[in-house]
Amino acid sequence: MNARPSCLSISGLTAILPNGSRVLRSVSLDVKPGEVHALVGESGAGKSMIGKALLGVLPPSVRQVEGSIALEGTELETLGAAARRRLIGARTALIPQDPLTALNPSRRIGPQMSDRLTHILGWPAERARNRIREMLAEVHIREPDRVIAAYPHELSGGMRQRVLIAAAFAAEPRLIVADEPTTALDVTVQKQILRLIADLQRQHGTAILFVTHDLGVVAKISQSVTVLYAGMVVERAPTPALFATPQHAYTRALMAATPRYTDPASSLQPVGSAVLAELALEVQNADNEWKRAHG
Amino acid sequence: MDSARITRRSGARLWLAGFWLALVFIAAVAAPLLAPQDPLAQDLLYERLPPFWMNGSESGYPLGTDSLGRDLLSRLIYGARIAVLVAFTAALSACVLGSALGLIAGYYGGWADRIISRIVDIWMAFPPVLFAILLVAVLGTGLHSVIIAIAVIDWTRFCRVVRAETMVQARMDYIENARIAGFGRWRIMLSEVLPNVLPPIVALLSLEMGIAVIVEAILSFVNLSISTDDPTWGGIIAEGRLSIHQAWWILVFPLVTLFLTVLSFSQFGEGLKSRFDPVLR
Repeated sequence: MNARPSCLSISGLTAILPNGSRVLRSVSLDVKPGEVHALVGESGAGKSMIGKALLGVLPPSVRQVEGSIALEGTELETLGAAARRRLIGARTALIPQDPLTALNPSRRIGPQMSDRLTHILGWPAERARNRIREMLAEVHIREPDRVIAAYPHELSGGMRQRVLIAAAFAAEPRLIVADEPTTALDVTVQKQILRLIADLQRQHGTAILFVTHDLGVVAKISQSVTVLYAGMVVERAPTPALFATPQHAYTRALMAATPRYTDPASSLQPVGSAVLAELALEVQNADNEWKRAHG
Repeated sequence: MDSARITRRSGARLWLAGFWLALVFIAAVAAPLLAPQDPLAQDLLYERLPPFWMNGSESGYPLGTDSLGRDLLSRLIYGARIAVLVAFTAALSACVLGSALGLIAGYYGGWADRIISRIVDIWMAFPPVLFAILLVAVLGTGLHSVIIAIAVIDWTRFCRVVRAETMVQARMDYIENARIAGFGRWRIMLSEVLPNVLPPIVALLSLEMGIAVIVEAILSFVNLSISTDDPTWGGIIAEGRLSIHQAWWILVFPLVTLFLTVLSFSQFGEGLKSRFDPVLR
């Protein structure tokens, strides 16, 4: 079954801040073709950082010092800068967290959406335009021509997120990084957007690295999960197995901390101090090991 | 907030300022057609004629004459030529230079930012008018040195504003998207960042045109601009100052013209800014 190369394979990914502290501590994970892989953790656990590292858009203060990222078997490090940009641009896409800032306010929607098609894939403008219109229909936008000619501020948050989802799928990428795509939206829209992403993902057979802090979303949408804490992989498992038999105490604690609307009487459990102490110890051990290995 | 009222108010401001600037611009372009007299023709019989509503005024000299009998209105109209020329060339040069450096500093950050920001800090420590006088003294008097001096001094305004705005825009997710779409840094700076920092640039450009007019007037006032014969607003003010007790109008009319022009430039810029802003629009 695993004869095909992974869609995305990250191993030993380590990134540091200027002061030397590690934001990613030897992260390894695998996303199979066409699967949704959830990346779960608290704020600041480095979830988004992994997505940014693989898309080549780490903030300037963060430096990747170790590890390899392979897209469909191609190691990004072996490519020159231009070839890497082309590969990333052609094979991956991003559904960003905040649809309000992810569109350029001074450009019309249409040209923004077709940037990648015309620039990376070299499509003629007409073909790109048709493709955009097709994709807008796929995300259930009723008047595609009006939206294509609109400026971002003329659309609602939910509409913008649809536009961004359409843009992400337009170039038929193999892997989409969805960076908490529903956190900036209100609850009623969240559900629709989530379903939309799941539908498109199935139809197009695209693999998704789904960054979220919401275990409810994880259960609904993903086939496998990586749990992160402080830039360190705590647990990695197929989704059903993770929910059936969580191995790590932190995973169990996260589950206990998830609100259940069906059972509001059950009180929320914050992550206990024993678990935090255990995690701190693990982080400490990992850091000591890293320091030993790097003098 | 009542946004319709705000728009209407900024609209009135925009139109009033635009009207005056259009007047000045037309005066500059069509000076030979509009001026009732030759601005350089002296006539000692007609010296210090008062404006048209006062006793002793002469027809053909609606705003009176200066101490050499030259027609004041004609001199103001011809003075608009130099004012407009300086406003456009000097302000645009300062704008292009400052905005380019500001974009680079704001987008690249790191060393580029540190170097450019330090230069701006040092630059702004010089008192601008003294700096201008010094520059003109070094470059030699003349219109080109006035223009160069203004550009060299005032690019820092644009640099600081554009740098700050660029830093804000560069953090936005759409820049990240453009990077993932494979655009290079220059392409991103010019086609993604620049249009979004344009509203403050336009406002500042208009303001800077007003400042350029003032600086030119100051340099004319201290006789460091072009030759004294050519009518400049600053030059007329300098002359008017000498005969303030006999003929106040020689001082007052150019002052009012200068004031209205500078005010209009700044108000026009503010009005444009709110028009340009895609969110406020």
